[in-house]
Amino acid sequence: MPAPQILAELEEHRPYLLKFAALQLRQRELAEDLVQEVFLSALKGADGFSGRSSVRTWLTSILLNKIADHHRKAGREVSMDALAEADGEDGIDALFRRNGYYANMPQAWRNPEDSLTDQRFYEALEACVARLSAAAGRAFLLRELMGFSVEEICKELQVSTSNCHVLLHRARLRLRACLEERWFATERRK
Amino acid sequence: MLSCREVSALLSDQLDRRLSLKERIGLRLHLAMCRACGRVEVQLRFLREAMCELPKRHRGAKRS
Repeated sequence: MPAPQILAELEEHRPYLLKFAALQLRQRELAEDLVQEVFLSALKGADGFSGRSSVRTWLTSILLNKIADHHRKAGREVSMDALAEADGEDGIDALFRRNGYYANMPQAWRNPEDSLTDQRFYEALEACVARLSAAAGRAFLLRELMGFSVEEICKELQVSTSNCHVLLHRARLRLRACLEERWFATERRK
Repeated sequence: MLSCREVSALLSDQLDRRLSLKERIGLRLHLAMCRACGRVEVQLRFLREAMCELPKRHRGAKRS
């Protein structure tokens, strides 16, 4: 493939990589730097693309390595040990009563489609994503932002399939509750 | 009868894998009787839609 075509193809993925990096690192400039490094690595190693995964999956893998490198250099290893987290702060016990009913009855959301055109909604959504634990947040973003399959997430995070489903379940329920509290239940909207 | 908590796991799982026949029956029976879980089902799908829109929104939004 001639270089301009490769560049155009890679550029399509930039907004996704930037968003992923920004949500994981919570520093916009650092995110931009790392994504730039991803593109340089990708161009150098374009032959290394196997074609077995999608281009976005490939670029995301490179980005995850860059993020891990960054944490290593900063002396902060992020544990992706989902098992250790099973009883941790990211549980969803607080959302349910002991008999399995919701502690707070889920409410009907009024005109959720309207929110999709409201910039403040996306700010609330990002704030809620930022409150997820590292493992649940990463699994969720890989799935819903980067379009990974569950199988690809398991491989990337090195967790079992059932743990992968547990992480996604927790992330979604916590996000649902967070959005309800921060966005759909407030009067801030209008 | 499945609890709301068990149903919430199936509502999440159905976005990632094909549920077994038994799971689907249990889920649909519960949803037929439980308004809260019906809302959660719709909202989890909405969450997916919102995440799809997220990167598109910011493309030109923040140019400082």
